[in-house]
Parts: sequence; C-alpha cells; structure tokens
Amino acid sequence: MNSMRTVCFYFQVHQPYRVKRYRVFDIGNDPEYFNDRGETNLNNRRIVEKVAQKSYIPATRMILYLLRAHPEFRVSFSFSGIVLEQLERWAPEALDLFKQVVDTGRAEVLGETYYHSLAFFYSRGEFERQVAKHRELVRRIFGVWPRVFRNTELSYRNDLAHWAEGSGYAGILAEGWDPILGWRSPNYLYRPQGTERIKLLLKNYKLSDDIAFRFSSRSWSEWPLTAEKFGQWLSSSGGDTINLFMDYETFGEHQWEDTGIFKFLERLPSEVFKNPELCFRTPSEVIALHDVKDHVDMQHVVTWADTDRDLTAWVGNPMQEAAINQIYALEDAVLEKNDPKLLEDWRRLQTSDHFYYMCTKWFQDGDVHAYFSPYESPYDAYIAYMNALSDLRLRLGK
Amino acid sequence: MFGWEFPPHHSGGLGIACLGLTRALSALGYQLVFVMPKKLPVGAQWAKFVFADMPEVKAIGVHSFAMPYGTGTRVVYGQDGAPVYGWNLYGEVVRYASTGAQIAAREDCDVIYAHDWLSFGAGIEAARATGKPLIVHVHATEYDRCGGPWGINPDVYAIEKRGMEIADAVIAVSEYTKNIIVREYGIRAEKVHVVHNGIDAATMPQAGTTLSRLRELKRSGYAIVLFLGRVTLQKGPDYFLRVAQRVRQKNPKVLFVMSGSGDMEAQMMRYAAQLGIADKVLFTGFVSGSERHEMYVAANLFVMPSVSEPFGITTLEAMRLGTPVLISKQSGVSEAVNHVLKADFWDVEDMTNKILAVVGYAGLSETLSQNGSREAEGLTWDRAAQKVDNIIENVLKSRV
Repeated sequence: MNSMRTVCFYFQVHQPYRVKRYRVFDIGNDPEYFNDRGETNLNNRRIVEKVAQKSYIPATRMILYLLRAHPEFRVSFSFSGIVLEQLERWAPEALDLFKQVVDTGRAEVLGETYYHSLAFFYSRGEFERQVAKHRELVRRIFGVWPRVFRNTELSYRNDLAHWAEGSGYAGILAEGWDPILGWRSPNYLYRPQGTERIKLLLKNYKLSDDIAFRFSSRSWSEWPLTAEKFGQWLSSSGGDTINLFMDYETFGEHQWEDTGIFKFLERLPSEVFKNPELCFRTPSEVIALHDVKDHVDMQHVVTWADTDRDLTAWVGNPMQEAAINQIYALEDAVLEKNDPKLLEDWRRLQTSDHFYYMCTKWFQDGDVHAYFSPYESPYDAYIAYMNALSDLRLRLGK
Repeated sequence: MFGWEFPPHHSGGLGIACLGLTRALSALGYQLVFVMPKKLPVGAQWAKFVFADMPEVKAIGVHSFAMPYGTGTRVVYGQDGAPVYGWNLYGEVVRYASTGAQIAAREDCDVIYAHDWLSFGAGIEAARATGKPLIVHVHATEYDRCGGPWGINPDVYAIEKRGMEIADAVIAVSEYTKNIIVREYGIRAEKVHVVHNGIDAATMPQAGTTLSRLRELKRSGYAIVLFLGRVTLQKGPDYFLRVAQRVRQKNPKVLFVMSGSGDMEAQMMRYAAQLGIADKVLFTGFVSGSERHEMYVAANLFVMPSVSEPFGITTLEAMRLGTPVLISKQSGVSEAVNHVLKADFWDVEDMTNKILAVVGYAGLSETLSQNGSREAEGLTWDRAAQKVDNIIENVLKSRV
C-alpha cells in the first residue's frame, strides 16, 4: 500500500442566470427573462463582474502563483457551462487566468451539467444532453476531457454512479455524510453500490467547512484559523485522502479579503509540505493512487446543502415542486419546437439556483439573511419565475 | 389600565389588543383594573372592569387640559354597527379624563397604563393624583388616521404628544409607529419601546356558517380577494379597487370583497362603478365575529393595502387561519412577519402581479398558508406581555 496521504482540493465555480423581476404584465410582451440592467442583485452582468473582481481574479492569481511556486501543488475545478459563458462575455480576464491554471497540467476540470441543473432526477435524456454540451464547452475552452463527474450541489444517488460508470468516468464526487457512512471515514475511496470500476470520493465536510463557513466566524473557538493550525489538522487526520470540496467564492466573496482568506490560501501548501507524508493530488490522481475500502450505498439523494443534506433546499415546499415539475413537463414541446432561443431559455430556467431562491425553510424570524438570495423573499422569487415560465409556455403555443 | 373599547364592543384592533394583552398580563400575575368611559356589557374573568359613567364616579374639573368641545367627527362603532360613542367624541374624552383621578384614587395600583389618545387624558389625571408612573401604549397615531401629515387634527395631536411626553415610558406597536412617534412627536427614542401585537385563540374570530353565498361563488370557480377593515383613507380602500380593476383586465374570474364600514363606504361604491368593476366587487358592510372568521376562510387572499398602518392585527388573524396575505410595506405588521406577500400600497402594478400569482400559480397559496399559519402561531400575546412586563419592571425600578 501507498503510504502517502493526499489532500484533494475541488472548487465549484458557478453563477446562474437570475430571472429579473418579471411581472405578469410582461407575459406575452417580453421574451427576455435574464437581462436585468439595474443596480440590483438580479443584474447578472453586474454580479459576474463583481465576483470576478472580488474572488475569481485574485483567487486564481494566487492559485497560479502557488502552482508555480510548488511543483507538487494540485487543485481541481468544476465550472458550470453558464458561468463559463458569462465569464467569456463579462470577465474575460478571469477566464484567461483559469485557462492558465488548467494549462499547467496540474489542475483538473470535472464534468457536470452545463446548466447546473437537477435534470438527473427529472429527465435522464435532458441530463445527458446537458452533460455532453458541458463536455464540449470544457474541451473548447480548456482543451481537456473530464474524467471525474460531480453533479449539481454534489447531489448523488446510487443510480448516478451507475450512469457515470456506464459513461466512462473513473470517479464521482459526493458528500461524506455520517448518517450514511456510519463508522466509515470520508478519508478513503469507496465503491458505489452496484458498480465495478468507478471510485467514489467523499467530501470531508468538517475540514472543508472550517474554511468555507467558519473561517471568519469570531464565535468559533478555533478562530482565527491559521494555515499552520489547519496544516496540523490535516497532518493528524487519518485515512488515504482528505477531500476539501467547496465553492470557489469562498475566497474573496463569502470570506472577504480582509478576513485573511487569501493569506491563508497562500501559506497552506508550505504548511502541508512540512509533513512529508502529505501531498496534494487531483481527483484523477487520487483515484489512481488509492484503492477502495468498502461499498457505499446511497439509495436516496444526498447533497452538500445545510443540515438536511438532501434536496429539500430545492424541492422542499409546494412552490418549488410546482416550479420544477412544470419546467420539466415542457420538455417534449420545447424539443419539438426546435427553436434555439426557446431551448436555451428553457434550459436556463432549469438551473438549481432558481429553486433554491424559493426555499422557505430558513426564512424565519431574524434569519432572513441566513442564505443568499437576490430576491426580497422566496415568494417574490417564485412569482418572477412562474411569470417567466408562463411566457415561455405562450411562446410554445401552449 | 385605561382603555376605550373592549370586545365584543370594539371597532377594530384596539379592543382586540386590549383583550389579548390583559389576558396575557394576568397570566403573568398582574391584577388589572380595566377602566372604560361608559358602561357596556363587556367583561373578562381576568380583569376587574370599572366604568367611568357609573353613578358613584363623579366627573371632576380637569386642569390644564385645554380642548375644544363639539368639533369631533369621529364615531366609534359597536358590534352592531351602531355608534357607541357619540358624535361629540371630544366631549366624551374630556369627561373620561375628568374621572381618571377619582377612579385611580379608589383603586390601589402600582402603575397607570393608558391605551391611545382617547384614554391619555384619564391616564394623566390618574398618574397625577396618585403619583404612580404612567405608561402609554400607542396603537395608532393621528398621522396614520389621516394617511400622512395632511389634515391632522391639531387637538388630537396635542393630546397624543402631551400623553407621550408626560409618560414614563411609551409603548409602540411597531418600529414603524416608533419612527412616527420620534419623528413627528419629538419623543426621545430611548423612551419608546416596541411591542408587536400578538394573536391567540382567545382573540381569534370564532367559526360560523352563515356565508353560503361566498362559498357558492367559490364553487363556481371564482377566486375571492378580501379587504377587511374600516373603509377609510388610512386603510387604502381606493387602492384596493384600482388593483381590482387591473386584475380584472387579466383575469375576470376574480371577485373582490370589501368588508367593513367607514366614512368612505359610499364613495367606494361609486368608485367601483366608475372603474367599471361594480360586478366584480361585493360590499358587505360591517362584519364581526363569526362572519369575520368566515370571510377569512372563504378568501383565497387577504389584502391589507393600508396607506399607514401602525400594526394590522387582521393580518395575523388571516395568517393564523391559513389564508394567504398581501400587505402594504407601510405597516407595522410587515416588520413582524415573513411568510406574506408585501408591496408598496401605491404600487398598483406590483399588487396586481402578486394577486394574479396567488390565483394563478399552484403551490404559492399552499406554501404561504402552511408557513404563514405556523409563523402566526409563534406570535402570541404571551410573548408581547412578557415584553410589557419588562418595561413595567424597569419603570418601577427607575422610580425607586
């Protein structure tokens, strides 16, 4: 057996096309749902430019610097197709930095759905078309071919692994959720129930969330989190691999620069290299290096969201269910119409964020800002979405 | 505790608030003497009721309480829609004030508590005679009643201001109202405490089965949008009708019900005809008790388009019964609840957009209903009484 323990970074890069404040009076009059040009957080261009400045550009410069400074440093990214599109149009500098990172050959790009959708659970055909479209875009921009798959919001179920194995992926990512793992550690590779070759990489959510969520929390007993301290935690963690999966916006957007997050990132590799048994690896390298320890059986959907780790943040109330069922109910009519703009709008409306904005489970007293939404309330999000959907239906002649 | 109305003899939120608050305070161990200006068949086992027009209470002279007589045009309606307090409201207010000292002297109390301007005079006299601290509870201001600074009655304003200045503490039903108190009445912000109104089983309208007409209309495929409140400028009935007109252009199967009486009732009937929507608007006149309950239950949506609403207890009633709610942002209750739709009262387009969504999109009213009733259940009078208890405690402490 190999005695090296790997640290595997995967960063999620995604921005949706938010639906503007689309009113009932716009139905039948305005076929543009995503073109808010105001000073609001529904202005997609404005947000992409802001996030690029605050997060993508400085963070990717840092990653590039680290890759050059440390030949043994590795990272991996998963980009939604629609964030890549938006970066191409509105923040080409950020996209260029990402390309430079991938060009080092030490940054892996993962496969996902183009529209960051939950299509796998609603339409297998549409899901496969979106994955193929994403693969094409990744090939065009980065010149690479994804070998490891991660589904939207890290959503995962046995049948997703079956599909991924059948589609030739070497690995797949999921949440390392204790109630399912039981006594097993997320720090090993596993074999999904009912598969033969594909390997499952599980997120170590405790260590990942120390960076992504708790880093700047002054009420946390471990605050302030230094690279040295975190390096020691990695060093003392058992298992074969420590998988640190998080949103890329952690760097500079969720954790602002003044929290010291970039300094932390800058110093972390040196701290890790202090332990000669630790090394950084990409998901594909981790898969090549380690054997699986056991089978893991996930019959129900597991995601990386909040304390429930299921899909209830996206389809947990009657509004969300109505919205997602109605968008997928239009599939046949949309495909039949064979109108590229209509197809594109229908697909953009599948992005998981739309349903997340309609979530009411945290929308309680004093907790309104506990999650991020550009809408005044989940109800406003739903109304704008359903009005746009009504217009889409009108365009379909339904 | 000086009040003005108490269920079943009440015209609106003030009486319901007095019921909910006195009950919850008594549960905390308070012994309450509730004073009303006039003998009415009201009662509650948790408070002793005293009426200022009883023969043993003599009206006495009021000092430094300048106020003109006979100019009042406000009427307080009772359960049957008939006026309880006459057209000469100021006369009643002055008479009430003059008895405050005498009543307070007879009742052994630690704190004097007065609800709204109508009782402030009596509260001030009582506090002066006994030397006990005074707390005034502001359920509405003259600014709300007039829908802004235009046409406020300077005498009412003066009574409100004087009561709040003399009081040891002022309780406002919302941050919205506190802002008005600080901005328009010049009261120090530190002295004004916000206690949101609550709702519980005792203050809910009771169920009944009298409104078969509404149920019939609903069965025939109409969605019912309800306005329930005094038909007066402050409550925005004219905006309700303008929204109705816009909605009708998009969806003719929506029926608008205007429930309540008030000085703009006849005007609103004419306005509905002018807008060409007389066939889509039902005027029910004043409703209370079980009819109120049925109105809420029959409605697909309750709308409170108030121009200026200190709180808006009807919103909690509708939520508690599981009726989806659309309220104006110019209301105190909008700062206390999340699971409702909100719009600016003047934004007719936005309100129309939201009403049509509730009527047209599956899942919206169900989600609002489920989450709304759960949220309203947490907004109890016990919670409000707890805050009032703390305020009273602090007032008593600072007097020692």
